[in-house]
Amino acid sequence: MSIQTKPRSIGKRHRLAKPELLAPAGNLEKLKFAVHYGADAVYIGGQKYGLRSNADNFSFAEMKEGVEFAKQYGAKVFVATNIYAHNEDIAGLEQYLRALEEAGIAAIIAADPIIIETAQRVAPKLEVHLSTQQSTLNWQAVKFWKEEGLPRVVLARETSIEDIAQIKANVDIEIEAFIHGAMCSSFSGRCVLSNHFTDRDSNRGGCSQSCRWKYDIFEEDMPMFSSEEDKFTMGSKDLCMLEYIPDLIDVGVDSFKIEGRMKSLHYVATVVNAYRQAIDSYMADPEHYELKQEWLDDIHKAANRPLNTGFFYDTPGAEDHIYEPEEKQAPYDFAGVVLSYDAESGLAVVQQRNHFKPGHEVEFFGPHGTFFKQIVNEIADEAGNPLDAARHPLQHIVIKTEQPVKPMDMMRKRVRP
Amino acid sequence: MTTKPELLTSAASLEEMKRLIEAGANAFVIGEARYGLRLAGEFNISMIAEAVKLAHPRGVRIYAALNNLMDNETVEMLPSYISSLKDAGVDALVFGDPAVLMAARSAAPEMALHWNAEMTSTNYQTANYWGRRGAVRFVLARELNMDQVLEVKEQTSLEVQVQVHGLTNIYHSKRPLVQSYLEHQDDTDNQPEETGANEQKRAVYREDERYLIETERPDERFPIYEDFNGTHIMSSDDLCMLENLHELMEAGIDSFKIEGLLKSTSYNEAVIHAYRSAIDAYCTAPEQYEFQEQWLDSIKELQNPARELSYGFFYKEQVY
Repeated sequence: MSIQTKPRSIGKRHRLAKPELLAPAGNLEKLKFAVHYGADAVYIGGQKYGLRSNADNFSFAEMKEGVEFAKQYGAKVFVATNIYAHNEDIAGLEQYLRALEEAGIAAIIAADPIIIETAQRVAPKLEVHLSTQQSTLNWQAVKFWKEEGLPRVVLARETSIEDIAQIKANVDIEIEAFIHGAMCSSFSGRCVLSNHFTDRDSNRGGCSQSCRWKYDIFEEDMPMFSSEEDKFTMGSKDLCMLEYIPDLIDVGVDSFKIEGRMKSLHYVATVVNAYRQAIDSYMADPEHYELKQEWLDDIHKAANRPLNTGFFYDTPGAEDHIYEPEEKQAPYDFAGVVLSYDAESGLAVVQQRNHFKPGHEVEFFGPHGTFFKQIVNEIADEAGNPLDAARHPLQHIVIKTEQPVKPMDMMRKRVRP
Repeated sequence: MTTKPELLTSAASLEEMKRLIEAGANAFVIGEARYGLRLAGEFNISMIAEAVKLAHPRGVRIYAALNNLMDNETVEMLPSYISSLKDAGVDALVFGDPAVLMAARSAAPEMALHWNAEMTSTNYQTANYWGRRGAVRFVLARELNMDQVLEVKEQTSLEVQVQVHGLTNIYHSKRPLVQSYLEHQDDTDNQPEETGANEQKRAVYREDERYLIETERPDERFPIYEDFNGTHIMSSDDLCMLENLHELMEAGIDSFKIEGLLKSTSYNEAVIHAYRSAIDAYCTAPEQYEFQEQWLDSIKELQNPARELSYGFFYKEQVY
């Protein structure tokens, strides 16, 4: 599993095209930060037809605001309409899709042919991207969807680099691949554990993550484990392809997708920031590209699950699942967002997002080069009253920073070694 | 006299097929693991040809299973495989990957196609979509309720196939999960057992051979097995719609599927026989039809006591 395994010989060697970095946005604030931190496109959920019925999800007004914000950065907004619909879900679909088109949404991500076909008919300005829920693994299926008028296919997470090379060699179509985040351990859409365990329909957004539960496994009525051993589970480690960006760009993946509409603002900004830097750095000078350890370290500051490379190089084995009882906690907590900075005084106003106080080790980071650690000195409220701690959510805190910072930079604090 | 619905089942072997034809089955889905998912047994192309020879004189149809999620390698073999299925005389191809549609268009354009994507075949407009692309039959997801099933039938001109008995797949992964778990144990054990890490993947043939139990549901056993296509977890109950079959017959459902996977031939025989009796009784005189408790009793006699007979999702409300 090394960079040397890349199949450079497969397909025609072509000039490298810069891929799109596609980030999740669970709400309007996350959208703004994802775009500001470097996402070329974000995908969101609306009030209906999406697979995260527990997420915040966007109203049409919020979508419009998100689209306007993204436009200033030249970024696009996609909406996940990736359920497998039941008969009763069909009513209202046309109006919904027209409203997305009207809100300026660039594309929907859909799996059910009824949603695909309806969008093509009633909202022709919406691009339709085939969702990973269709579990597309081969070039013939990709060709089918191209002939159906789709400009882009999100491949199954079970495809390898080599599979992608073959697909790109056979079909001229945009290919989107998940490169980071949590994964279904099943083929997407081919799991109804939630339906059976909790009467929640997984393919309409009700997934209760039963694959991450622990199970006892028996053979011929005899346990296949002893009492002190880890239990059986289907739960997978999370995907992280940060170390293999050149392989993905070389093979021609058009859109790099980060999973996580339910993930925190800090997580989304951190992950986007790392991938943005890696992609830009490789595109600027492919021959002399080197992975920076700090990008990888950053990912671990926000991630709480162990990471792996999914199916890109090999079928996952024992080392790719999480049998251990506890997930490791990330060493940093999100602590604040920079609202403004005064260069003369060196004072920043930070919106509090978590408790912090003088003496804490914090780290500032942002999309335009901000990246430094410091110990929190004296802090005050905006009226200048000194504070012994920043305890109130969203309170504006004045803090002296050791280097210049910019609005929308973030501050995280170290909470464990 | 109503048109008789088809009684469709699986077969682990030609021998089982013979016995199930005797019991009253009039269609079979068979194939091999490279192309088909969760088959009761392996039928290579010459066995499929033999099955056709056995079936056709008895008025029994043979459908070839091509419902796998195809990879690039398999896609290359599809045209010739489909041609040989055509030569073998199969009556239809069962598919869930558009790659099969693409291959069939060139290799066997006149061949009947059955759309079966299992969990994702959930509404009538999707049925009609695949119908416009050549499918003549739509196999419904098992997670639908009765109202949804009946509405699909009303709103599509495609044949509608509904599973009425047996276990259902509830999770399919490409990952070798049991093998990985055993390897994990070997890594953490001080004394690894002889079998384990390097144990060959082996087929599981019975529902109670390997199973999972979730802590809060100690009475439910979920069969789990690995094969060429990864890991499959199956329902802890057996769907049984025998008592309510008339609701589906009244609606004109075209094909009833009995899933015989991981079951003994004698069990499958009893089940087919019971459903055959119900279908024949209904079709002879729908007005006078009455469910006979003895039909169900004959199944219950052979039912694994650890596995409940259930109505699946037919009368359940699901949330999301």
